[in-house]
Amino acid sequence: MIQSITDIPGSVAGEQPLYGPRSYQVTSGNDLGAELLEVSMGPHHPSTHGVFRMDVVLDGEVVVKLKPVFGYLHRNHEKLAENLSYLGSMPYTDRLDYFCSMTNNWAYAHAVEKLADIKAPERAEFIRVILAELTRLVNHTCLAGFLVNDLGALGTPLLYAFREREKILDIFEAVSGGRMMCNYMRFGGVRVDFTPDILRRIRQIVDNYPRFLDEFEKLLSANEILMTRMQGVGVLTGELAVNASITGPMLRASGVDYDIRKVDKYGIYERFDFRVPLGDHGDVYDRYMIRILEMRESVKILQQAIHQFPEKGDFINPGVKLRNFRPKAGEAYGRIESPKGELGFYLISTGGVMPYRYRVRPPSFINLTILEDMCLGQKVADAVIILGSVDIVLGEVDR
Amino acid sequence: MNIETLTRQFPQTAWDVHTRSVIVPHVCLLDVVYFLKTDPEFSMDYVSNVTGVDWLARKEKTKGPDGKESEIEKPGFLEVVYHFYSMREKRGPVILRCRTDDRENPMIPSITPLFRGAEFQEREIYDLYGIRFSGHPDLRRILMWDEFQDFPMRKDYQEPDDYEWEPTPHDEVLDRAKQHYAAPHP
Amino acid sequence: MAVDEGLQSELQKAGVFVTSVETLYNWGRRSSIWPLQFGLACCAIEMIATACSRFDLARFGAEVFRPSPRQADLMIVAGTVTKKMAPQVVRLYNQMPEPRYVIAMGACAISGGPFKQGYNVLKGIDRYIPVDVHIPGCPPRPEALLNALMYLQRKIDGQRLTGTDKVRWYDETDPAEFPVPEFGAHDLEPPFNRAVWGPQEPIQRGAA
Repeated sequence: MIQSITDIPGSVAGEQPLYGPRSYQVTSGNDLGAELLEVSMGPHHPSTHGVFRMDVVLDGEVVVKLKPVFGYLHRNHEKLAENLSYLGSMPYTDRLDYFCSMTNNWAYAHAVEKLADIKAPERAEFIRVILAELTRLVNHTCLAGFLVNDLGALGTPLLYAFREREKILDIFEAVSGGRMMCNYMRFGGVRVDFTPDILRRIRQIVDNYPRFLDEFEKLLSANEILMTRMQGVGVLTGELAVNASITGPMLRASGVDYDIRKVDKYGIYERFDFRVPLGDHGDVYDRYMIRILEMRESVKILQQAIHQFPEKGDFINPGVKLRNFRPKAGEAYGRIESPKGELGFYLISTGGVMPYRYRVRPPSFINLTILEDMCLGQKVADAVIILGSVDIVLGEVDR
Repeated sequence: MNIETLTRQFPQTAWDVHTRSVIVPHVCLLDVVYFLKTDPEFSMDYVSNVTGVDWLARKEKTKGPDGKESEIEKPGFLEVVYHFYSMREKRGPVILRCRTDDRENPMIPSITPLFRGAEFQEREIYDLYGIRFSGHPDLRRILMWDEFQDFPMRKDYQEPDDYEWEPTPHDEVLDRAKQHYAAPHP
Repeated sequence: MAVDEGLQSELQKAGVFVTSVETLYNWGRRSSIWPLQFGLACCAIEMIATACSRFDLARFGAEVFRPSPRQADLMIVAGTVTKKMAPQVVRLYNQMPEPRYVIAMGACAISGGPFKQGYNVLKGIDRYIPVDVHIPGCPPRPEALLNALMYLQRKIDGQRLTGTDKVRWYDETDPAEFPVPEFGAHDLEPPFNRAVWGPQEPIQRGAA
């Protein structure tokens, strides 16, 4: 019987323990007799992507200890949702990861559909796939812009990224009425149908996107400074990544083939032909490249989805009563592959109008588990880009 | 993957048909989790979701076999729910529930020694539900500040009385409005 | 003591520019408002979008986002202020030099917005610091932020340096430091700053 940590046989992977309190010993040969320097990076820090704090202990410029501090944007999403109807929580999911409101909507709708056993019509599934993949383009493009911004390339790449983002946000606005907060998906479908013109506009963006990616990559991917700063920095092994529940592009950059679009085949993803890019080294550069490659795959999915888009059909399951929605007692855990990783919603229903328990499994929060391990022994300037490559959005981290 | 293998291996555990999960007493939680992780039939190497649930004591009406309605008191408890998946074999989930009826000092073994991915989620449960995890390397509040003393996600949490005028108060806000105004709000 | 407009335009034709120190000073201040690079939540993304391509905040001379509060004139409170973050926001505001302005961007910064009933959400930043411009919306569109900036510019234009209605920061009794709330066992202490914010008087039924 296992009583304490020491009883667990063989849970130590290699030399570095996966668990337990770390002993913070200075090993960098500091013979100057200098003291350790404790720096609190954040919550107001221009590079921490919002209100996030890292308590860093530095030996010279080398990070010897790093503790993330959360909660500066803890907006009680779960508590509020437990006092709201099922439909009433939908606008709140927009504000979780405010770059990708469409995928957040979908994840929540997916969980409720699992709970109440609802099926969405085919046309709605197509609409969802198209909007989710556009969201992935927005998220990865902006991430690349912010990451390079953290590296010191202020301005230009971010301006390019936001130029493309605005174009896609125009589509979202035309479809749903909101730029950022779309509140578009519903249980069993979507809120309103596509207008006839919108597919042409989406096709225009999708057809031009590879050209933008080529331009973006020409500017960045083979840039010597970028490669020197990013390659070999913040290495994460596949084994540790799996143990620490890392998901999304970060996991795949470490070489683990796990994409929920392929594994769960939710929605209609099995109809599309796309590949899952994998990294070799698990460093910051790999994480950057994985995102660029995923965008190219997303463009492929989008082209297929536009090509196969059904001419006619319902955009919402007509049998679903959205108001006064009462699923039968039970529970469900629905998860999808959001641009940041596995976004899951865990719902417990007791048969009432409000969920008894409403839990968000936030990918960017759990991806931060491993931040300290990646930063130890690196320079403090590298800690900033390692954090940037994790791709966090604080609305989701703290909820 | 047959869940019966698990319940046969650990007779203390029980399969809950309603929620399709395994109820595990906390004395053997680590054993069960270790078995799930290492047994080739399961090889659950990835803990996706760890969360707490607060079930308050409640009365439930049931119909007996003789057709008579009777009220039974269901005791409350705090619960931790684990969702395990296998990344290598691409299967899952296996859902475990571990319960404790002690509201004052609830204690459940931490699975962080086996799964790093549970580290922050267990800290979050400690912060919001007040469940302590024995063996957790760094159990502190994570979302609220350190001086905070309540456990806000519990169902019986009382918010500080912080009234603010609202044009259309309703529900709880209306109750608070009534306390703050001599006459009820028009 | 503004210069007579007719005389001003007459002289302008002759190549002479006449203005008052006050107008020149206000013109300089309003054309180079440097905001604090400080994002809290969703609205911060719209703030960044305002500064990026398409909307281009630089047209108003306000594109220089300063990471340090010591170099900033304007704090855009963009997003939900939680109780854990509120002391830091007040501290940043205290560190900004006068004259300083605050834009409360979005419903959350104004009143807590959709998250108002949350246990960790501050019900409006105006509980602790004075706010100059409120922008409603969740989140406000970039155009709304531009409008708020123009509104703030008009406000700066109207500020007097002398006379009875002179700006408050030349007054020695003006509070330069606002009290920073502390973390309590259940809530922030104090939950609001009485000098800046007071709850509305209770409305009795049958009154008025």
